Amino acid sequence: MKLEDLRKIRERAAKELTLRTGKARVKVIVGMGTSGIAAGARDVLAAFLDEIGKRDLSEVIVTQSGERGLASAEPVVEVHEEGKPTVVYGNVTPEAARRIVAEHIVNGNPVAEYVIEVRE
Amino acid sequence: MPKRIDVLICGGAACLSSHSDEVRAAIVREIEAHGLGKEVRVVETGCMGPCELGPVMVVYPDGAFYIRVSPQDAREIVEEHFLKGRPVQRLLWETPEARRIIEERKQVPFFAKQKKVVLANCGLIDPENIEEYIAADGYTALGKVLTEMSPQEVVEEIAASGLRGRGGAGFPTGRKWKFVADAPGSVKYVVCNGDEGDPGAFMDRSLLEGDPHAVIEGMTIAAYAVGASRGYIYVRAEYPLAIKRLKIATTAARGMGLLGEDILETGFSFDIELRMGAGAFVCGEETALIASIEGKRGQPRPRPPYPAVQGLFERPTLINNVETFGNIRHIILNGADWFRSIGTEASPGTKVFALSGKVINTGLVEVPMGTTLRELIFGIGGGIPDGKEFKAVQTGGPSGGCIPAEHLDTPIDYESLQALGAIMGSGGVIVMDEDNCMVNLARFFLEFTASESCGQCVPCRVGLPAMLEILERISRGAGRPDDLDRLEQLAETVQRASLCGLGQTAPNPVLSTLRYFREEYEEHIREGRCRAKVCTALVRYWIDPEACRGCDQCRRACPVEAISGTPGKPPYVIDEGMCVRCGTCREVCPFSAIEILDRR
Repeated sequence: MKLEDLRKIRERAAKELTLRTGKARVKVIVGMGTSGIAAGARDVLAAFLDEIGKRDLSEVIVTQSGERGLASAEPVVEVHEEGKPTVVYGNVTPEAARRIVAEHIVNGNPVAEYVIEVRE
Repeated sequence: MPKRIDVLICGGAACLSSHSDEVRAAIVREIEAHGLGKEVRVVETGCMGPCELGPVMVVYPDGAFYIRVSPQDAREIVEEHFLKGRPVQRLLWETPEARRIIEERKQVPFFAKQKKVVLANCGLIDPENIEEYIAADGYTALGKVLTEMSPQEVVEEIAASGLRGRGGAGFPTGRKWKFVADAPGSVKYVVCNGDEGDPGAFMDRSLLEGDPHAVIEGMTIAAYAVGASRGYIYVRAEYPLAIKRLKIATTAARGMGLLGEDILETGFSFDIELRMGAGAFVCGEETALIASIEGKRGQPRPRPPYPAVQGLFERPTLINNVETFGNIRHIILNGADWFRSIGTEASPGTKVFALSGKVINTGLVEVPMGTTLRELIFGIGGGIPDGKEFKAVQTGGPSGGCIPAEHLDTPIDYESLQALGAIMGSGGVIVMDEDNCMVNLARFFLEFTASESCGQCVPCRVGLPAMLEILERISRGAGRPDDLDRLEQLAETVQRASLCGLGQTAPNPVLSTLRYFREEYEEHIREGRCRAKVCTALVRYWIDPEACRGCDQCRRACPVEAISGTPGKPPYVIDEGMCVRCGTCREVCPFSAIEILDRR
């Protein structure tokens, strides 16, 4: 193994440590309260993870939160990005989740039709 | 697929002994049962520090820190936290002073006041997975050294950092490296001293268990700097987990070309062998340790010649402590100036301590040098439990000394501790409260060193038992007026005339307690009184007739049938002639009716 190979291993392995070191650029929070789960939040969460994995994105973490009181809009997803307003999405489907990853997280354009709130 | 939750479960020896492995199995089972296997990763890490509260685990990215987790808690944690995102409040750390539940690990005072450099990976990565170590910049320092620096530059960098030996004596590491590098000869060795023998010390064990690659990398860098191609890690056989993880780590490093022949294809070769010690305290002394590796009886020899000139197999040998090696990669990566910015002028960097005794948060901590004892014991340690009064702190184990309350604001560095008659030592810190007897403490440590003396030189072999005899006499209440002078005289002789560090430092606990707690010794001798009520020959147990309810529990618990009475008809009475003062009755009495009084 050469030094170059070590560097490659480090880059690949470092992604696995993102959750622990907190070095994330984007944080996706999926509401996983009882009503969120009933509305399909688990599939949404799985879709986020799958899409992020497929695109091999680093510095993005997906986590979950409890009830937010927006039962009619569940599943609710918040996207927190460093230095940008927080975008809250409602009635998110697995397909919408994949679009949020592609359009919002990768390209920086929030998916307007699902946005229910923008917080500074 | 990326994970969304990392569950780090402490796999240090303390948590394992409180069955963290069963907790881990239960968590994994529940994760599978809830179909979260693809989303949640469970990692067993090295020691996280607060050993008293084990089994402990931390859940990222929230950073929720769970304490005293049992396998029965697994379902609730998985359902509530991992699935629904609601941390289980009852298992989070609650600070006693604030009566506040803390949601995040970094807000816990125990962690917030520490500075983790050497222990940065302990409790964060899986010590059995080399890729996690590499992810945390592992082996990057080695790569830098092998491709960008000459051996002389490495020695100079370490010297410039001001790093001093973390085994306790504080010899400048860079100077030691230079001696070995300059020593003539083509065959040289690097030895890691992991023979941690102080009662209550577990710094080296925790680092070897929690981040074995850091020690291996430090040794390999040292080998390159001094020109060695072979190394030994001397570790106690009673540390099976450390040995297991070291074996896994050396095998993995070898498999990736980070240890062994032609490391990182640079032409440099270095390999490490493990040597298990049988647990003799004297083998922590470098010349005795070398003899033990050579397969001889673990006995020290006079120095000079120093190991740097003539060590293992008569060859120039670099011998450093586990924690010293643990510092190396950080100095190479961040530079000597960065290292000097931590700690004090004469003692740069951090120090790892094993906090134990009468302190609320016992465990493994790392602080910058120069932190005061008060901050260590009351800030990070959380103070003394049960509202008791702080009495003294012993640093440096059986070779160290006892420091009383008036010196609590002393900064922790090599010179300040030495000025108080204690030593830094390898990092054992034992806190004592008003219930500890200083005569008994000195006796305990002397009993230890006397029995661990290798018997080679007269001052240590004969002097220590002679001192022990006097201490035993004093704690029996049979002390003589001139005993303290005699004790001091003997102590000074043993200190000056002993061959190795064991004998030279063994009198320290006696001398320091005599210095700060002389009146306690005098009370034992003149009044036959032990104020802490520890020396059994000087106390008697007494049942308060007013408080006794005749519940019969003490009578049943007494191992020598010294208590008599009829159930329901108080008071019960202790026969002082038969009583062996074991204290069992006092422990079982539900009415706190049993008191310990002075015998005279």
